[in-house]
This record gives sequence, C-alpha cells and structure tokens, in this order.
Amino acid sequence: MHPAYSVLIFTTSAGAGYGLLFWLVLVEASGRTSHTHWSFFFTLMLALALITIGLLSSTFHLGHPERAWRAFSQWRSSWLSREGVAALATYVPAGLLALLSLLKIDSGVVVLLDLLAAIGAVVTVWCTGMIYASLRTIRQWNMRLVPAIYLALSATSGALLLELMNAAYGITGGWEVWLTLACLQGAQGLKRIYFRRIDGEAGRYTAAMALGMGENGIRQIDPPHTRPNYVMREMGYEVGRRHAVRLRRWMHMYLFVVPTMWLALLVLSNLPPLLLLVPATIFAAVGLFVERWLFFAEAEHVSMLYYGKDRA
Amino acid sequence: MTCLPDSTDKKLGLVIDLDICVGCQACVTSCKEWNTGGYSAPLSDHDPYGADPSGAWLNRVHSYEVDNAHWSGTVHFPRSCLHCETPDCVTVCPTGASYKRAEDGIVLVNPDTCIGCKLCSWACPYGAREYDHDHGVMKKCTLCVDRIYNETIPEEDRIPACVRACPTGARAFGDLGDPDSAVSQSVAERDGFGLFEEFGYKPVNRYLPPRKGSDRAPTVATEEAPTNTGSAMEKLFAWADRALSR
Repeated sequence: MHPAYSVLIFTTSAGAGYGLLFWLVLVEASGRTSHTHWSFFFTLMLALALITIGLLSSTFHLGHPERAWRAFSQWRSSWLSREGVAALATYVPAGLLALLSLLKIDSGVVVLLDLLAAIGAVVTVWCTGMIYASLRTIRQWNMRLVPAIYLALSATSGALLLELMNAAYGITGGWEVWLTLACLQGAQGLKRIYFRRIDGEAGRYTAAMALGMGENGIRQIDPPHTRPNYVMREMGYEVGRRHAVRLRRWMHMYLFVVPTMWLALLVLSNLPPLLLLVPATIFAAVGLFVERWLFFAEAEHVSMLYYGKDRA
Repeated sequence: MTCLPDSTDKKLGLVIDLDICVGCQACVTSCKEWNTGGYSAPLSDHDPYGADPSGAWLNRVHSYEVDNAHWSGTVHFPRSCLHCETPDCVTVCPTGASYKRAEDGIVLVNPDTCIGCKLCSWACPYGAREYDHDHGVMKKCTLCVDRIYNETIPEEDRIPACVRACPTGARAFGDLGDPDSAVSQSVAERDGFGLFEEFGYKPVNRYLPPRKGSDRAPTVATEEAPTNTGSAMEKLFAWADRALSR
C-alpha cells in the first residue's frame, strides 16, 4: 500500500498525543502526580497539539477536506467514522481539564474527567487500528494484533513524552521511567510477533481464486493500460518490500533499542535527565515514523492478483 | 446510508462471456465516453498523450495466457465493479457517500458527499474503484444508472454503454436475482461463476468460462470433390490456370 505522508503523520502524531494524554490523566487520577497546575496544563496542551496536528494532517490526503465533517455520520458501520467521533468526543473532557487547571480549580469532577479522557484516548487509538484491521483485502493488516500494536506504540510514545515533560519541569525519580521501559519492551515484543506472523504466512488468496480459471499456468500478457493506474500506484507499492530488511532493523534500533539504552542510563547514572530524554525521544520519533511507513509499504493488497501477482 | 440493505428487490448486473470476448476495448472506451459526459464531473485523465498517461476508468480489460487443465489459450478479461451483495466498500465509507440501492442492488458513490478518503478502494478486492484526482472523489461503475432508466433515449439504448458497444455480444445486462431472466438462464446453461467467491462479498456480476476445446470444435462434413465433366469451357479454364501460374 502506498504510504501517504499525511496518514503517517496523523497516526504517529495523534497516537503520541493520545498516549501522552492517557498517561498524564491517569497519573493525575491516581493522585500520585507531581505536576503543578501549570505543568499539567502545558503537558496537556502538548498532547492536544499533537492530536490536532495529526487530525488536521489526516484531512490533507482527502480529495475534499472541506467535507471532512461528514465523516462523523456513519459510526454504525465505519471504523473511520467511529474514530472521528471518538476523537471529537475526547476533546470534551480533555478541554475541560485544561480549563480547570488553567483556573486552578481542584474539584472531585477532575478525576471523572481524567477517566473519561483516558477512555477516549484508548477508544480513539483502538478505532484507528481497527480501520486497518477490518480490511480483509490486506493480510498484513487484517489481524487482531494490529489495533493492539497501535495502542502499544501510542502508549510507548506517550510515556516517553510524559517522561520528557516531567524532566523539563524538573520532576524526576518518578516511576514513569519504569512505565516507559515496560511499554518499550511490550511494544517491541508485539512488533516481533507481528513480523513473524506476516513473514510466516504465504497469503490465503491466489490468482486462481481471483480469476476463476483453474490453478497454475496463469500469466498476464497484457495489462489494461500502458502505464500504472490508480489501483496499481495505490495498492501495488513495492519500494518498502525491497528495503524491508534494512528498514526493519532501523525501526528496531531507533524505536526500541536506542531509547531503552538512554532510559537505562537515566536510571543508572546521574546525568541530567533532559540530556538523555531529548535524544531518546527524537530517535523514537524517527523509529516510529519508519515503523508506520513500513506498516503501509509492506502491506499487500489482493487486487494485485489481477495484475500478475500469484498470492496475496 | 453506508449500512447495507438486508435484501434488494432486483440484482442488476452484467454477464461477461470470456469465451467470445476478443479484448477489443470497445466496452472500455464506450464506458469512458458515456461516463465522462453524463452525470457528475468528467472522468479525468492526466498526461493523456504523453509518456506517462493515467486516468480514471470504470472498466478495464486484462489479457491473460492460461495453460492448465481448465483451459489453454488467451483469455481477455473485462473487470469492473461486480455490484456485490455484501461489500465492505459500502460499510467502510465514513460519510454515507458509498451506498447500495435497495431497489436494484446497484452500488453507487454520491459525488456530492464523497470526501475522497480512498478507504472504499482499499476495501475492494477487485480493484474496481478508482480515485479521480481532478474531481477529488471516488469513481466506479454505475451500471449506467443514467441510461437504464432513462426514458429520453431510445429503448434499445437503455442498457449499460459497455453492453451496447460490445461488437461480439460478450456482455449482457439483466436481473441476476430473477432465475427466469435471460442472463440467469445463460449463467445456468454455461456454469457461470462469480469472481473471487472465496473472498465472500457475494459478487452479482457473472462470468461465463471459456468453452473447453472439445466443446468448441464442430464436426464439419468434408466438402465433396468437384466432378470433372471434361467440357470445352473447363479445358479453357484449366489452360488459363496453367498459363497464368507460369
């Protein structure tokens, strides 16, 4: 599948934003937060900024961005619509929390809003994963593991950002670093299972099924047009598969191994936390972008069976 | 609404005879011609006369070489939307622009509400939906909904443009939900099949398989050798034949 940059930015940026929102409000709801009203407010604003940048970016690949509001209407059947509704709904508790912290109001309702915002973040990211997991046309996406990976990577990038913001506000020694390390290991484990699964199966569907003209011995001698058409450009993206091995290695290195090493140094040494967390976050961001790019580029679409592929 | 209807009154669709399709692309061009000038905006083309032409087409013909127990030879293979009974291309649509009509089963895109997110094309295993880069919306076969019910055109033209254009009669249009219709009869007679039934969208369009070699070779009586009467006229022609052959 062709990796549209707007969608890569959307899923990574909004994913990190929802992850940050999730951990920030959970830590607050647990009553163990060391944040002041101001540091909470600015961290929440960072989360909402990442989410908003992501959501706006997702409209850039639309043919008619001005009609994007229509996408809230079909939540009964469409995961894309559900994602839009969940994203919009999450703004309500998150926005109220921002307002309360700005006005320095500590009320019992804060915990309720925290929980609603956390649920909203999980549901939105889950819906994002389900947009892909519900497509039976793409075997690399059509698995239960996919929404779990979206959630795990959202949690990982969010935890790393929370750790970074904590360090920026001089909040150190918290248990967030262990949370981040746990997320990194969990997400890496899921990605390893994912790659083993997609490499281990040859594809359920064959050209023989698609064409209905017997097994074997089928060769496309004349494609419908002289140059690649929309379907071939969108669904038949090949670049990622050629470089998949190297890109996967980069992804593991940048997204998981390097941040884990920096965080281990943070625990073991007395170096200034920001000095370690800034590069860790940058490496993770690059790794996450490579991960999302590969998620698209490695996905094979069954319509390519009509264009000369044997299996998908 | 992007929820599918429980059932449709009719199942309008195409029957394509792979035995007689010659791959002439007449259905492709007539489809483009009708649908570029009819409802909605034109089907855009990019660099049409240049080195890298591309554009939105609703019907495309592939050509395959098949050599197996089932069939041996060249097969020209027209492929367009199959107007499936349970397609995800409808249910994934976030805006309700993609819908299946309860009255006749035709799957359509409303160009006024489509946001061009392309998700429906990702959900289609047949590659039947194409994005129109100029119009910013998805385009697909409409089964010429603006012809088949159109009372302002002659009755013989009230069939899809591709069916009307096919010079070999390889395409037929009708109600595949009615077992007595001509299309259903031909499907029953020729073991017509749906594309990619394993995928489970329940396509409505049917394909008639190429006939087996043994079905095709007719037994023709050998021509009788002409009798020689030995007339003067025959001798003249025989001489002329020899003289001219020299």
